[in-house]
Amino acid sequence: MVNNQATSGLDSLTKGGSDGILTLRVATTEHSSSSSADQRSGAWFEESSAHPKSENTVTYLEAITQALRDELSCDPRVVLLGEDIGAMGGAFRVTRGLFEEFGEDRVIDTPMCEAGIVGMAIGLAVSGFRPIVELQFADFISCAYDMLVNEAAKLHYRFGVSVPLVIRCPSGAGVGAGPFHSQSPEGVFSHIPGLKVVCPGTVQDAYGLLRAAVADSNPVLYFEHKALYRSLAEPLDPSLESPGIGMAVVRRRGSRLTLITYGSLLRTCIQVADEFAAQGTPVTVVDLRSLQPLDKASLVAAVAETGRAVIVHEDTLTYGVGAEVAAVLAESAFFNLDAPIRRVAPPDCPVPTAKVLEEAFLPQIETIRGVVAECLNL
Amino acid sequence: MPESVTVRGLPVEVARNLLETMIKSRYLEDRLHSLYLQSRIQGRLISGRGQEAIAVGAAAALEPDEVICPVHRDLGSHLQRGTPPLAVLLHYFRRQAGPSRGRDGDIHMAEWSRRVFPMVSHLPDSWPIAVGIALASRLSGRPRAVLALSGDGASSAGLWHESLNLAAVFKTPNVFVIENNQYAYSTPTSKQFTIERLADRGAAYGIPSSTVDGNDVVAVYLAVQQAAERARSGDGPTLIEAMTMRMDGHAVHDPADYVPKKLLDEWRKRDPIDRLIAELVPGHLGANELNDLRSRIQREIDGAVVEAESAALPDPAELMDGVYA
Repeated sequence: MVNNQATSGLDSLTKGGSDGILTLRVATTEHSSSSSADQRSGAWFEESSAHPKSENTVTYLEAITQALRDELSCDPRVVLLGEDIGAMGGAFRVTRGLFEEFGEDRVIDTPMCEAGIVGMAIGLAVSGFRPIVELQFADFISCAYDMLVNEAAKLHYRFGVSVPLVIRCPSGAGVGAGPFHSQSPEGVFSHIPGLKVVCPGTVQDAYGLLRAAVADSNPVLYFEHKALYRSLAEPLDPSLESPGIGMAVVRRRGSRLTLITYGSLLRTCIQVADEFAAQGTPVTVVDLRSLQPLDKASLVAAVAETGRAVIVHEDTLTYGVGAEVAAVLAESAFFNLDAPIRRVAPPDCPVPTAKVLEEAFLPQIETIRGVVAECLNL
Repeated sequence: MPESVTVRGLPVEVARNLLETMIKSRYLEDRLHSLYLQSRIQGRLISGRGQEAIAVGAAAALEPDEVICPVHRDLGSHLQRGTPPLAVLLHYFRRQAGPSRGRDGDIHMAEWSRRVFPMVSHLPDSWPIAVGIALASRLSGRPRAVLALSGDGASSAGLWHESLNLAAVFKTPNVFVIENNQYAYSTPTSKQFTIERLADRGAAYGIPSSTVDGNDVVAVYLAVQQAAERARSGDGPTLIEAMTMRMDGHAVHDPADYVPKKLLDEWRKRDPIDRLIAELVPGHLGANELNDLRSRIQREIDGAVVEAESAALPDPAELMDGVYA
């Protein structure tokens, strides 16, 4: 669903249009040392020099590629489908090399029609395959809403036919990509019975949750945050057991307050927690990882220990993930609470393009710090 | 009976089987209609009476391991594939023992164990899924034909076109059948599209297509059989438009006053069951044999009504069972 208008010098970076502009902006701000020739040849997609890597350190994007490669290698039922995922390696180069390695019957380039692609994947899933669909951007999931909500999510309930399907959704804002290439629609789909939703925020989880999603017999939406693709590099141990879908994890443990988050804002929350800890106010950080099913027991336990909860996410505020988390806490941790539950999330507004507007939209670290301090009466 | 005896190329035994399923479908829908009017089954009731030739003929042309994706006037497809009337009735009565255990109702029905895929209200949602099922068989190295049906109404939806294009691009073994019954609820085809024949759309996707008399079960069977053979040979999808007429309202609650009576009278003369009987009786089927067949079908269905109605309802304690696999 991306315009294919040629934009000189930029069309080799993405499919063109606003995406070319987005890429240029990122390339010039984060990789100012790159030559313009590098930008034209797609160098921004190739490697990030921002994070020198040790031997077992990989980027978030590389962890996803590795999980796909391992799935394709060990399970003949796994096939990938999506727009431009073949020889081109996908708009973000997540599938780079897989087409050459596994061939066109395993890494399947499709025409540009998200509803049709997801429908076709459902057909493969009910026929014994384990399809993994790449949506070029999570935003285009709206085109496939009907297929996911009325077919994939309900088939097992209606007739006992399982749909082992994974939808990879590159989501999130932060690079000036505007209202149609920046959305975080995970909350909408977490509301649909029959679907599972995961949002990895670490390299290890990017790998482990994708493999868990493929192993699951249900349709799983896997939201991979675009801003983490090349900016997050961490050690990966593919031999570690996958966390499994529906398990939250405590990333920092502190007695005074519990920050609850997932995805790209996990790093920001950890930074805030570390700052408060350094000042003598230890803060817990819960990484939800899975939104549907939600690990209510871990969530309630983590808040019961501290008595204070701040929920942080990138999906918009009203009826969002934070609303559900707050309701769970109000129902099950009410008598442990020492302060009102707080939420930090974008306002109910489309994602704007201009940098100043996008920054105003996204939860900033100062805002999180401020709300945490207020909640602690500091 | 010598092997060479056929009805326009169709072995007589096959033709007799098609007749049996069409009569079964008609009688079962008649019974469902009266049960609905007596408020013994709830919700809505959609009728395929008068369109049995397409549902039955198309389904019969496939091998038993090949998937059928029927829609709401295709009760005959389920029966032809072997779903017993009792299973259908348990489903319409929304009983625990029905194929959906009370989770879904009316013609949203299928026994996946018989390779029939259940429809949803959103049309033609089964079509891209049918393409995926066909692609799966192609990737497995043994292309099997996959039959997907739609009405004329669904041909206006984007997904219909996406599916034809995907099938053409991936050269999947699909057989697409349009049941052109001339009305999408109250909207006549003249207000749905401006081309003469929906089959003409096949050319836009590079898919061979044809139009057949949808009230002639032999013609439907032979057209689908040829398309299915083509699909299995790896030559890709086919689009067939079967011309018919919706003889009841959109659903039982709809008196369909917007349909000219004259049109219905005209099509009533082309009833698919009457036409096949005229070809088979008395040369290939005795009048007494036909009466016996009718009696046997009625006894089976009447018995199934009693059994289904007295069967256990779903247990509310199991409400959440199966939301996830």
